[in-house]
Amino acid sequence: MSRRPYTRKVKRSWWLGRRRYVVYMVRELTSLFVGLYCALLVVGLWRLAEGRAAWDGFLDALSSPLGVLFQLVCLAFAAYHSVTWFALTPKAMPLAVRGEPVPAKAIVGMHYGAWAVVSLIVLIAAGI
Amino acid sequence: MSEDVTLEILRYRSELDSEPHFQTYTVPYRDDWVVLDALNHIKDHVDATLSYRWSCHMAICGSCGMMINGEPKLACHAFLRDYRHDVIRIEPLDHFPIERDLVTVMDSFMEKLSSVKPYVIAKQKKALSDGENLQTPLQLMAFKQYTLCINCLLCYAACPQCGLNESFVGPAALALAHRYNLDSRDAGKEQRADVVASNEGIWECTFVGACSDVCPKHVDPAAAIQQTKISASLDWFKARLLPGAHR
Repeated sequence: MSRRPYTRKVKRSWWLGRRRYVVYMVRELTSLFVGLYCALLVVGLWRLAEGRAAWDGFLDALSSPLGVLFQLVCLAFAAYHSVTWFALTPKAMPLAVRGEPVPAKAIVGMHYGAWAVVSLIVLIAAGI
Repeated sequence: MSEDVTLEILRYRSELDSEPHFQTYTVPYRDDWVVLDALNHIKDHVDATLSYRWSCHMAICGSCGMMINGEPKLACHAFLRDYRHDVIRIEPLDHFPIERDLVTVMDSFMEKLSSVKPYVIAKQKKALSDGENLQTPLQLMAFKQYTLCINCLLCYAACPQCGLNESFVGPAALALAHRYNLDSRDAGKEQRADVVASNEGIWECTFVGACSDVCPKHVDPAAAIQQTKISASLDWFKARLLPGAHR
């Protein structure tokens, strides 16, 4: 009797059935907005290089209702991305001190701490 | 009054079926039965043609992995009482070809497993008379968790990357590679890197994390893969940036 194994195809909707896959796909989607915000910063540099009028125009565009909405959406997605990434760091970067594993909460806490320090430096540098 | 449980089982017998189809069975409910007991009841009393793998009935052998209501589980580890009042839908493990009914073809995994050289590659040949290779408890702790893998392949069924890209080496094999790379007696990291640190190795993983969620032995392959990514990246930089380094 000859063998005839059957291969089932993965459906395009594979990620819709389970919460863990939906959460993963949302996390992947957040990268798009993080990327868009990076592109916005590049455009800002480009406008700055073009002179005062171009830079002021860029700032006006940022403070328009649409500009503010875009930044708020990006902030929400970037925060989601960061929080979920920090939650995963104990897996990727397990630490041990004198042979004893550092608790996961401490590793996550160190990341939040580093985030706070970097944010503070940025705020001080920006003169806010 | 005795209670019954309804099981919908995916059947595929290549000599009879052009494609898989569900068949419904009714088995008596027992509080202490797992899904595997229900399958054995069907095999012994209802339909002897049903095929599935099992051996130990105690989550050690890793043979009875299957999809139970869409979730990869060991049939010996899934109690009927956790599915009370539900129809239990049983399918072969996702992402593997179906050989027959709930039996999958595991050849691709066996090839991937052997490709990562899952054994200690000694630093130096040593005569038996030189004695054993000693290891401290601390050195053992570094990799012990990853030795607990029973090759049940639930992680492959849970991982979407395994389904979308057949050539992905996959969670269990990569976790075992990590286990040997962390072993103080081993010197085979470089030999494994060709497979482990390739596009089809760790870099195909996008850290969905489902492999670790479903692992019945808490091996945490997702952690192993992320740690290997960091270690492989450091090796890559060291090979190019350190003075005298060459590749």
